Amino acid sequence: MHPTDFTLRGAIEALNEGLVTSVELTEAHLRAIEALNPRINAFTTVTGEQALAQARASDARRKEGIAGPLEGVPLAIKDLFCTAGVRTTAGSRILGNFIPPYESTVSANLLRDGAVFLGKVNMDEFAMGSSNTTSAFGPVENPWSRANDPDTRLVPGGSSGGSAAAVAARLALGATATDTGGSIRQPAAFCGIAGIKPTYGRCSRYGIVAFASSLDQAGPVARTVEDCAILLRSMAGFDPKDSTSADVPVPDFAAACARGVKGLRIGVPQEYRLDGMAPEIEALWQQGLDWLRAEGAETVEISLPHTKYALPTYYIVAPAEASSNLARYDGVRFGLRVAEKGSDLKDLYERTRAAGFGAEVRRRIMIGTYVLSAGYYDAYYLKAQKVRTLIKRDFDAAFAGVDAIVTPATPSAAFGMDEKQDDPVTMYLNDVFTVPANLAGLPGLAVPAGLDGQGLPLGLQVIGRAFDEETVFAVGTAIEKAAGFDALPRLRAGAV
Amino acid sequence: MSYTLEGRTGPWEIVVGLEVHAQVTSLAKLFSGAATEFGAAPNSQVSLVDAGFPGMLPVINRECVAQAVRTGLGLKAQVNLWSRFDRKNYFYADLPQGYQISQYAHPIIGTGAIEIELGDGTVKTIGITRLHLEQDAGKSLHDQHPTKSFIDLNRSGVALMEIVSEPDMRSPEEAGAYLSKLRQILRYLGTCDGNMDEGSMRADVNVSVRKAGEGYRTRCEVKNVNSIRFVMQAVEAEARRQIEVWEEGGTVEQETRLFDTGRGVTRSMRSKEDAHDYRYFPDPDLPPLVIEQSWVERLKASLPELPDERRARYVAMGLTPYDAHVLTLEKETAAYFETVAKGRDAKVAANWVTGDLFAAINRLKTSIAEPPVPAEHLGQLLDLLADKTLSGTLAKAVFEAMIETGKSPGAIVQERGLRQVTDTGAIDRMVAQVLEANADKVAEYKSGKEKLFGFFVGQVMKAMQGKGNPALVNEAVKRALG
Repeated sequence: MHPTDFTLRGAIEALNEGLVTSVELTEAHLRAIEALNPRINAFTTVTGEQALAQARASDARRKEGIAGPLEGVPLAIKDLFCTAGVRTTAGSRILGNFIPPYESTVSANLLRDGAVFLGKVNMDEFAMGSSNTTSAFGPVENPWSRANDPDTRLVPGGSSGGSAAAVAARLALGATATDTGGSIRQPAAFCGIAGIKPTYGRCSRYGIVAFASSLDQAGPVARTVEDCAILLRSMAGFDPKDSTSADVPVPDFAAACARGVKGLRIGVPQEYRLDGMAPEIEALWQQGLDWLRAEGAETVEISLPHTKYALPTYYIVAPAEASSNLARYDGVRFGLRVAEKGSDLKDLYERTRAAGFGAEVRRRIMIGTYVLSAGYYDAYYLKAQKVRTLIKRDFDAAFAGVDAIVTPATPSAAFGMDEKQDDPVTMYLNDVFTVPANLAGLPGLAVPAGLDGQGLPLGLQVIGRAFDEETVFAVGTAIEKAAGFDALPRLRAGAV
Repeated sequence: MSYTLEGRTGPWEIVVGLEVHAQVTSLAKLFSGAATEFGAAPNSQVSLVDAGFPGMLPVINRECVAQAVRTGLGLKAQVNLWSRFDRKNYFYADLPQGYQISQYAHPIIGTGAIEIELGDGTVKTIGITRLHLEQDAGKSLHDQHPTKSFIDLNRSGVALMEIVSEPDMRSPEEAGAYLSKLRQILRYLGTCDGNMDEGSMRADVNVSVRKAGEGYRTRCEVKNVNSIRFVMQAVEAEARRQIEVWEEGGTVEQETRLFDTGRGVTRSMRSKEDAHDYRYFPDPDLPPLVIEQSWVERLKASLPELPDERRARYVAMGLTPYDAHVLTLEKETAAYFETVAKGRDAKVAANWVTGDLFAAINRLKTSIAEPPVPAEHLGQLLDLLADKTLSGTLAKAVFEAMIETGKSPGAIVQERGLRQVTDTGAIDRMVAQVLEANADKVAEYKSGKEKLFGFFVGQVMKAMQGKGNPALVNEAVKRALG
């Protein structure tokens, strides 16, 4: 078996049994990156030497009888996580050659558990986008392509497009990602892999470049639901350095995957049946519910009446917070500085930020500034916060009667790099199924469940109660098993 | 009679409210662990949070919250168990995050009051509107380089309490008295060191003027005034300017002004049109600040005695209201007094502290924080007076010697043999000698020149090098002269 074909769980077992070393795994992935990354552009920074040093140290630890839960496993890190001594860009020009002197809590947790970092992966600029086309480091290509149109390059989704593409193309066994409005689940679905946005507060935000603080949450993407569970257990945990991180125990998520769904009540929100939704998405959704019923779950029609307001609410709250969070990129202390000799501070700000931020980031800063400004605050920001509360209440009411909610992950399969680029609102609609879970702070998992008529992967989403990722993993695993999803992308390690 | 300023059109009343920024006494900043010590090398007390690095998050410092609560309790104000931090957004080079974290909509402390005492002895209550916690910004230095500005982030993130008064003050004196009293309370509580020259306390002064019986007219805000004297000057200067504007048929525009301490005038800093839109919104990095009533009660139980209470206690101990006031102005003075007075006559202790000690402090240009004699030594001196070891005159001499040598009064008395003579036999012998040597004066006295009595006493004291007990000497002279 080729080392890049392991699942994360399989790799851990092989390492434990001495069938493979971390150095061998790491070298195989670095070779795959070298071969495929020029095409896919998933990695913005490859830290080959550091990865090999980490792998050697890991193999040495294992020899000493010390092995963390992720001992020797090569991972990719979204370029939104600050990594000590390694350039961190957030997909933006404005951070320039920023090399943080600190490690994010989530990546530090992974290192503590023995992981090896292959490098930093591409993303939409400041995590703003659903196609990974807003990155200052160029677009990422989805490893999948349409069966009847293999030459059209498809987007991997976003903003964690690099994470999802790298894992789907077998350039890493798993990757960190972040999700503010769907940035884990949508690219996971587009790339035919699993990804979970855990409950808000489950993972520390310390050291993650902020987009919208009340919505941002880190999570893993990997090729199986169980792999996600293993990664999340390492990533999660209370962190006194993040005041919004939750002081709750981290359960054994992987053990929960095998629980089964017998006796669970699965909610099916009628508001997620959109007019004009592709029939194959609707069919896949019904198929997923059939699978769960076959495994002993009960499905229940539920109502989440404020769903239609989720997207507009999100596009007020997220830009508002972003407009403030991104004020620190001013050319004064770090990152890019564009200054004319003899000009003043205002000029420094204007030149630096005009040159440093791309069009989508500028658009959201402007929207956010507008909705917070005097005279508009009540009509936009305050109203959006009220609607957000109503959306949360919808879920509270629903979860009084069901254990999990199952919906499609995205309204479509991956689209072409040149499609949906003209109108930002068309792009925003990608997140219609994923945004509500962010607004309510709930865990949401995307699991690959089938292919569309073009042979592109489609995913289902499982939403759970706050801090009940265990049920989410159980339901996700049941869908995964029943789907038997074994299709492979055209671009992948060993295949080209 | 209430204070007015005379204009061409008659008397004008002035209306003043203060917003005081008081630096919280704490080892670490409001949202980071960086130190807060004054005078450190530039940028030596800056954490990654204070410098606004990507991915850095604020974590509230519990001690700063406790200090705000203590202050609220000291201001007899309402403590809000639920408060919230907002972001005040604006760009400036010394504001690393691009926003200041402040409590805009929901402050931790609500309404309270301060009693001020005025020169004519009247007491006036000034309302406190609110107190909230916020971060300080860094400091821009524009005079270090011909073309560059330097930035020192040591202050960035330091906890401030913004204490807002009602527009209840009507004269420069009242504004000065309010600021002094507020400073006194904060220093007693230990929640702010009150060092205005180090920037630990600064005031934004809101001033308007009006004719008697009118509602409020437009006010102007004079920013960042950094001494009590300047606050009083700024109030008057700004009021005079506004009177002139109104009297010339103009309109006072709401604006932010600066006080030019050199010229004693205010000048415009920015008008209402240029005012920032701060785009306040709740800081999503910080959950609402929720505190327990039981914690507030514990803080209340451990509050130190406040100036008003202490003053009342001193009056009950027998001090005059004036002495009680003077001794409680600075908590260091009160502490000194209490050490001296402990187990002794409080009035005598007060006289020595406000008299000889204050005189020595003035003469030596020192302060109560570095007193010319330790309180313990002054107390011992009072004991020597009480047990008649020393006369009043001798005690003053010993006090001077204590200042010079730093030695205890006991040691000085021992070394110099300054013990008062109470041996009536010795005194009688000395009286006899003096009368004998001044037989002519004795004759004059006996023929009616009674004011010579003092002369004989003086001569006896002189002959005894001041060591004779004055009362005993008096008696002995009286006896000897028959």
